[in-house]
Amino acid sequence: MSQTQQQRPTPASVEGPAGPARQKVPDPSSVLRPTSLTQNRLPWWTGLVILVVSAALGAALSSLISFNFALWFVFTAVLYVLISYGVTRVKVNRRQAKDKMWKNLVYVAFIIALLPLFSVIWSVTSIGIPGLLEPGFLASDMQGIDGTTDQRSQEEGTPVLGGIRHALVGSLLITLTATFISVPIGLMTSIYLVEYARGGTLSRAITFFVDVMTGIPSIVAGLFGAAAMGWFLGVGNSLGLPLPTRSTMGITAAIALSVLMIPVVVRTTEEMLRVVPNELREASYALGVRKWRTIIKVVIPTAISGIAAGVTLAIARVIGETAPILVTAGFVVSNNWNLFQGWMTALPVYIFRQFQNPTSPNFSDPSHQRAWAAALVLIIIVMGLNLTARIIATLFAPKKTGR
Amino acid sequence: MTSPGESHSPAKPTDQSGRQEPGTNALTSADSGGVMGDRVFSGVALLSGVAILVTLAFVAIFLSFNSVGAVYREEEGLILQQFLEYAYPLVIGTLIASLIALVLATPVAVGVALYISHFSPPRLSKSIGYLIDLLAAIPSVVYGAWGMSFLGPALVPVYGWLHQNLGFIPLFAGNPSQTGRTIFTAGVVLAVMILPIITSVCREIFIQTPKLHEEAALALGATRWEMITMAVFPFARAGIISGVMLGLGRALGETMAVALVLSPGLLTASLISSGNSTIPAEIALGFPEAPPGSVRQAQLIAIGLVLFIITLIVNMTARWIVNRHKEFSGAN
Repeated sequence: MSQTQQQRPTPASVEGPAGPARQKVPDPSSVLRPTSLTQNRLPWWTGLVILVVSAALGAALSSLISFNFALWFVFTAVLYVLISYGVTRVKVNRRQAKDKMWKNLVYVAFIIALLPLFSVIWSVTSIGIPGLLEPGFLASDMQGIDGTTDQRSQEEGTPVLGGIRHALVGSLLITLTATFISVPIGLMTSIYLVEYARGGTLSRAITFFVDVMTGIPSIVAGLFGAAAMGWFLGVGNSLGLPLPTRSTMGITAAIALSVLMIPVVVRTTEEMLRVVPNELREASYALGVRKWRTIIKVVIPTAISGIAAGVTLAIARVIGETAPILVTAGFVVSNNWNLFQGWMTALPVYIFRQFQNPTSPNFSDPSHQRAWAAALVLIIIVMGLNLTARIIATLFAPKKTGR
Repeated sequence: MTSPGESHSPAKPTDQSGRQEPGTNALTSADSGGVMGDRVFSGVALLSGVAILVTLAFVAIFLSFNSVGAVYREEEGLILQQFLEYAYPLVIGTLIASLIALVLATPVAVGVALYISHFSPPRLSKSIGYLIDLLAAIPSVVYGAWGMSFLGPALVPVYGWLHQNLGFIPLFAGNPSQTGRTIFTAGVVLAVMILPIITSVCREIFIQTPKLHEEAALALGATRWEMITMAVFPFARAGIISGVMLGLGRALGETMAVALVLSPGLLTASLISSGNSTIPAEIALGFPEAPPGSVRQAQLIAIGLVLFIITLIVNMTARWIVNRHKEFSGAN
């Protein structure tokens, strides 16, 4: 197309045999023009050379200001993109140069996206491990830990006391309760959408608003939980029922988390139910099995691995939520096993409080150490759940080819 | 969608179940109360679906009901003015942080999505997708801690440089923060958090580009980038927009990262000095201390309602675009 150098010789070579001028050329190898496939190509090592050159130039430029890796990376990336554009522009043509530039930019974007991932994981791991190795970190709570304990740890180097047992208990109870609320509702909704709905207004409305619900800010879900429970307790107390007066308790947090969890469960289980082959349903109906028993005995068992994976992913999502638990269950320093009475701490809220309000405001190092260790525990839990979901999905997936 | 024929099928076994001997088949043996079972089961399924819609309605109702105290008081009457004065800096702050996040995240996210769909080795592309999804799995409070302890201090020299060289622009005026806990740092952290959302939506759409369009472009001699601009982008435009809007919805409502990173203050135009606050951060920092039933709590719930409405509009628009696009792509 715009490779005009390429097109111009073509008519000449067609007329070539007719004109005797061609035969003047003595060396046949110089007549052999490179074909359009091999011509205009830079040798394979060009990229490598440009990378080395731009890395060296980048190091020089960044040390002019003050050498650090971020600056070096930025300079190298910019120089690499510019130099390889320039070289391709001169040696090949403008279109290829533009193509090359955008390709390099896409690669740079990918590297930029990976940087925070590795930075977060590396920082949490490297800072979190000493706190995690502190004896009793997982087995003790914050009862009796006050500013003086932390001050002594920081000034005299005594071991950092206090741990996350109460936070682990709180996270476990709240998340499990939220799962018990969300999974039946979410699963039944997706059964309605897949098996019963016939594309009517109601099913379309449910699908649409489930999608919209996945975008509800978590803090709003928390406010809803607090407000709804406050109203419920107010009505209950005015009727003389023996209910607690304050809505701040574990069950409120579980309700708030369910608002966030239900749409995730619906989306994933719906997808799984839809891939169950219709032949299985029809075979069951042909045997005279009722629809509801078909769903329970045929459809759900076929999709169970996907459903389990989806539920695990949903748990992984809500176990890291901080804001809704902060406004509904509050925070305490000691163990609370009762979901229906008193404040309760979850792991993310524990991390937040240790950063935001250190136990000893002037000696915050022990608090930060505990917070980073707790963050490491939380990341391990979340990554573990994600991994479990993938393993469930691949190991227990229904066989694609029957027989 | 179930086919219409399928939904009629349970009616046929009903006629036969009377004639059948009990216990002949493990699956049909419990069919004595079959009609009831079918009705109860479908009823429960329908109820669950409706319960979700009711919950969403209740979120709006409870929040409005509880925020009355912020705009109306017995002794003073309607105090809308006072509430607006309280709310507007927070709304502006939320929008600033989200806009910074969008501006930073969108090009990178589209680039990453392109890398996964069109540039990476095909065998690796799925694993690379998982890797990017891991970014979404990291809890927001961990991002907050990272932004507070790592990103903020790392950006301090950048803020100093911006202030020295570009200080005449109001965005970079004011005292550069010495801790790096500014609205710009919060925006960068938010950008990292919304990156996987935008990427996954864009990736899905890019992959759906009709292969014939791509191959036609390549066959006409287009380079890979020309193929992408001629075949992929026009097809994916709506998808990119909705992905960006979903990212915006997430950024608007993100709480913990901002609450930890930002040291909140009054509304300022400067991005590099401490100041500004966002709605979610304000609620998270204020709500545990607000006594139940107080005006302060009503005020916090009221700005929560404002946030809910804003994100609802953003998300509904995004979903509407996605759904409309779904119909178009079906024709392809």
